[in-house]
Amino acid sequence: MTARDRLRAIFGIEDPIIFPIPESSPELDLRHGVILYLEGISVSFDGFKAIDDLNLYIDDGELRCVIGPNGAGKTTMMDIITGKTKPDSGSAWFGGTIDLLQMDEPGIAEAGIGRKFQKPTVFEELIVHSNLELAMAGNKAAWPTFLARLDDGQKDRINETLKLINLESLTKTKAGSLSHGQKQWLEIGMLLMQNPKLLLIDEPVAGMTQQEMERTAELLTSLAGSHSVVVVEHDMDFIRSIARKVSVLHQGRILAEGTMDEVQNNQQVIEVYLGEYPC
Amino acid sequence: MTHIARILKDDRPGAALLIMLLAASAVVPFCNLALAEGNPLHLPTYSMTLWGKYLCYALLAVSVDLIWGYLGILSLGHGAFFALGGYAMGMYLMRQIGGRGVYGNPVLPDFMVFLNWKELPWFWHGFQWFWFAALMVVAVPSALAFVFGRFAFRSRVTGVYLSIITQALTYALLLAFFRNEMGFGGNNGLTDFKDILGFSLQEDATRAGLFALSALALAAGYLACRLITASRLGMACTAIRDQESRLRFVGYRVENIKLWVFTFSAALAGIAGALYVPQVGIINPTEFSPLNSIEIVIMVAVGGRASLYGAVAGAILVNAAKSWLTVAFPDAWLFGLGALFVFVTLFLPYGVVGLIRKKGKRS
Repeated sequence: MTARDRLRAIFGIEDPIIFPIPESSPELDLRHGVILYLEGISVSFDGFKAIDDLNLYIDDGELRCVIGPNGAGKTTMMDIITGKTKPDSGSAWFGGTIDLLQMDEPGIAEAGIGRKFQKPTVFEELIVHSNLELAMAGNKAAWPTFLARLDDGQKDRINETLKLINLESLTKTKAGSLSHGQKQWLEIGMLLMQNPKLLLIDEPVAGMTQQEMERTAELLTSLAGSHSVVVVEHDMDFIRSIARKVSVLHQGRILAEGTMDEVQNNQQVIEVYLGEYPC
Repeated sequence: MTHIARILKDDRPGAALLIMLLAASAVVPFCNLALAEGNPLHLPTYSMTLWGKYLCYALLAVSVDLIWGYLGILSLGHGAFFALGGYAMGMYLMRQIGGRGVYGNPVLPDFMVFLNWKELPWFWHGFQWFWFAALMVVAVPSALAFVFGRFAFRSRVTGVYLSIITQALTYALLLAFFRNEMGFGGNNGLTDFKDILGFSLQEDATRAGLFALSALALAAGYLACRLITASRLGMACTAIRDQESRLRFVGYRVENIKLWVFTFSAALAGIAGALYVPQVGIINPTEFSPLNSIEIVIMVAVGGRASLYGAVAGAILVNAAKSWLTVAFPDAWLFGLGALFVFVTLFLPYGVVGLIRKKGKRS
């Protein structure tokens, strides 16, 4: 079954949206097949080492899961990649040529890195449709944003995304009155509208039902290939259902890397993390 | 055009306001000029000018609502931009006096002769031309807002800290303009205006013209702000108000959006000030006083934040109350104003407009 067939089966949509291949920024250099390089990154807050000499490489088109106990530095790592936190030392490159440490948050978003937050953060006072419109890729400077009108192609894209995230009937609802799970979906929808080359997804299935989790898993696996996806998640069943390669983060470092089975059988990992779970 | 029509269809109160303003710009001058004094529909010049003043305040309140209600920037110094626009207009009106001043100097305004100045300071050049003054009315407040905003928004100063800086800004200008050496007439300010574009300011017809212009400027300013709030830029503003840092991750340069909207708002405030000065006949440093700026915020809060027409309603309500209270209880009116603000904050979080909306929903 192709990714499209699977989507059709799961979502029950006759003609599921084919995610546009993101137009990567002309500077993005993927000749070495690696989209994200984190090398020797360290950052500490008030003496606490949140990230300690972290090395992580994400391949172009890869779906990577990052797991780790609370306080392992998963969210801090995403903060560094997206420009929210500047590390004390180390380097972070997007492709071979884009130095993420020299850029601010909007610059990084524009270069093609999108992020979904741990706590779903949508624009609560805006209606669902506006949330998607705002996130849509395009020129986001003040004057072009003032003049922007949706053309037919863009309207179709918003409608397709609405179908995909199952919020078609709630287009005109304020995002603030959605349920937790619906907000999760809306934020995923915003990420899809943004159409980044690299997606960083923090705990996507918190607050979702089993069925919704399956849909999320399908969505993420179908995105991989044309996009690179990094998923941080606590739910082991979910990780197992999508994981190809797993990185275990512990005390700000990569403790182990490999397939789910390899990682699960790693003695160190069992001690620090999986030991807590009766797997 | 169809775009504007579509926006006004979603903004019924705004459409009604625009129609009222357009009608007032014609009917009010007519009732003042064409109807004889005995006629029951005759409008005295005093009332017309008073309403002209209210409309200028309403434009100022709309400019504050744009950045406070929609963008989340509580400016406690917007009176500064209003006053700067007023001073630019005042300088033109001073230069128009020419040799008719008390000292009869054809170039120097009276206060400069009084200070024994021999030459016009460099920044007074050009104000003999109306077009130049009109340009400065917009350019000076915008430039100040741009420079101020660039530093403040770049450093990501937000919330009360930003409010305090805006308050400091207007207070600094107040102190500066009080000084005679600044060359803006010190604490007396600029006054004794004679005419504007050759029309005497004492004439009813000139005053009617100024009223009509104020109404039209408010209508245009309202429409411009509505175009912004109804656009995608307006969505971005709301997003900045509620989740500023989240919007950065979507790819918007938050500080630039803030900067442009803030600068636009300052330009509107400047225009309001320029229309205000010829109607009241004086501009002095008290216009910079922090209290004035706080009053504007109260107007917006009373009317109802984030609706634009609420700001217009609030400006007219508060100023009408002020006109009445300052005559009826000259010593106590400030207490009245304070009580009004407390009452609105406690019981009417969405202002008068919110009250009406709620009633409308119940019935």
